[in-house]
Amino acid sequence: MTTDLVSGPVAAILAMALAACFTRVSGYWLMGHVPMTLRVRRMLETLPGAIVVATIVPIVAKAGVPGLVGIAITFAAMLLLRRNEFAAVALGLTAVGLARAAGL
Amino acid sequence: MTTSTPHRAQAPYWSWPGLIEGARLTLPLLPGIVVFSAAFGTIAAQKGLTLAQLVLMNGIVFAGAAQLVALEVWTEPLALGTIVSLAVVTAIVNARFVLMTASLRPWLGPLPAWQVYPALLLTTDATWIVGARYHASGGADASIYVGAGLVLWAIWVAAAIPGYLLGAVFADPARFGFDLMLPIFFTAMLVQLWRGARRAIGWTIAGAVALAASWLLPGWWFIVIGAIAGSIAGGFIHDD
Repeated sequence: MTTDLVSGPVAAILAMALAACFTRVSGYWLMGHVPMTLRVRRMLETLPGAIVVATIVPIVAKAGVPGLVGIAITFAAMLLLRRNEFAAVALGLTAVGLARAAGL
Repeated sequence: MTTSTPHRAQAPYWSWPGLIEGARLTLPLLPGIVVFSAAFGTIAAQKGLTLAQLVLMNGIVFAGAAQLVALEVWTEPLALGTIVSLAVVTAIVNARFVLMTASLRPWLGPLPAWQVYPALLLTTDATWIVGARYHASGGADASIYVGAGLVLWAIWVAAAIPGYLLGAVFADPARFGFDLMLPIFFTAMLVQLWRGARRAIGWTIAGAVALAASWLLPGWWFIVIGAIAGSIAGGFIHDD
């Protein structure tokens, strides 16, 4: 019935948007209903870095040598260039491109 | 670098300069987002979406990885079963947003819900990491999140259009390393999130568990599983 009112693609896009909204609000909502004990606070403080590392490691492992080179260059650039992330990201991407062009 | 005082953090607030600052903090990511968005536009064209459908999807779904995976499932005509699958795939690929926004609670919690929830709708990997890093260095201005989110949203919508119209120009982001944009940007941000060895133990566990999960399970579950493992470990490690 809804597919008669709005076309299939639009209904699909609306369904995807609802699903995406749910993922964007549910974690925050949930944490409003959990008592903020010291342990929960420590978990939430560890969480950002944990998400970042859990994202980087498997993707880079799958990307092979160019991925490792890119991450290493980015990391080194962040430490050496006074935490200039624009330069670090640009250097990291360039390193990946060069490593791939070199056939690594 | 300012030291954060998590137990007596500054109260969150809104400001106009914060919007601009949030937009500025996304700058290192913009070339990558433009290419990714344009590439997505090209793929959408190949899948038979109309330009209006593409703009609608980028505008209200606003989730690059989830949309990319969803287009793999996308087969017209779209039966109800396919539509449900698309919603489920979107939720699964975006499951990391549940954890990301959970981590924002200590920062944004004191603000009224009617202000926070609309801001959370702008959550993407990039919005979140810009906000998390800003907050980790002692900032409390919630406008950072909105400023970053609005810029990323506008570009995600706009840059898909030339990709759709021009076709193959942007079809291969891997050639420029842009497929690794996310881990590379996250690496740069990780250096800024560094707050001593206690959290590093949790992070290491997160990485190891995520790697194992990526071998054992399909899709993007590794992020959620690894991050939960690392976070729980972090909750049990005492530094006092």
